Amino acid sequence: MKAKIKVTLKNGVLDPQGKAIEGALGSLGFSGIEHVRQGKYFEIDLKNSDKAKAKAELDDICRKLLANTVIENYEIELA
Amino acid sequence: MKSAVILFPGINRERDMARALEAVTGHKPIIVWHTETTLPQVDLVAVPGGFSYGDYLRCGAIAARSPIMTDIRAKAAKGLKVLGVCNGFQIITEAGLLPGALLRNSGLKFVCREVKLKVENTRTFFTNKMKQGDVVRCPIAHGEGNYICDAETLKALEDNNRIVFRYAEGTNPNGAMNDIAGIANEQGNVIGMMPHPENMIEPLHGNSDCRPLFESLLAA
Repeated sequence: MKAKIKVTLKNGVLDPQGKAIEGALGSLGFSGIEHVRQGKYFEIDLKNSDKAKAKAELDDICRKLLANTVIENYEIELA
Repeated sequence: MKSAVILFPGINRERDMARALEAVTGHKPIIVWHTETTLPQVDLVAVPGGFSYGDYLRCGAIAARSPIMTDIRAKAAKGLKVLGVCNGFQIITEAGLLPGALLRNSGLKFVCREVKLKVENTRTFFTNKMKQGDVVRCPIAHGEGNYICDAETLKALEDNNRIVFRYAEGTNPNGAMNDIAGIANEQGNVIGMMPHPENMIEPLHGNSDCRPLFESLLAA
């Protein structure tokens, strides 16, 4: 089983990297950009084939390491 | 006053920290490798600066999950003094010893220079030789020192005098909330700060402004 995990900064948390990308896109002439937020993406191959157990474990993984829930949200997709 | 300095891969300020501790306390700190599971008998644990694990994932995140951190967390809960400097501040915050998080500097740049540091709380193990409102010169060197926390936490920090150091007015180098440069936990036995006081304690550093901070350890 494969998991795809997205970790993004919470709303309201300043994202200087997103801002820098926003600026660079402006320099390239992309005039239609309103905002850019940068996040992280993880692909995890799982030994577990039980979807419910895998989901619980991934939730634990996100809270304990992949995301800092003080500043970040996470989304888990299982396939 | 016995101390330990914790060493993680990618840390580079452990010698500066050990040197400062030895210069003031007269005891050579024990360097503890991160894979150890038990701390030696000490009065203070210092988590120094550097770039543990190359700042992979988030600065301090991987080091915060090292084997030695379990014992540090357990002993800190029982009152062991812990001082985190720079990456050490990021590590102990990621480990949950202090609230909030440290984000990329608002100006996007790594900032390596001197700041003016205002001592806001003189009743801690690291500031008891200082006077309220003292302003000292102190070097900084970080890319992620932009302290952030939720409104409730910020209020608790302000109301309970847990902001130990602030960047003096107009010198905030990283966009940190309320000019926060260093904070303490609720019990006061854990302090984290972005600036490097260990690099401002002897004439060769150009200034000894931060020596009284280390001298405070002797009275604590």
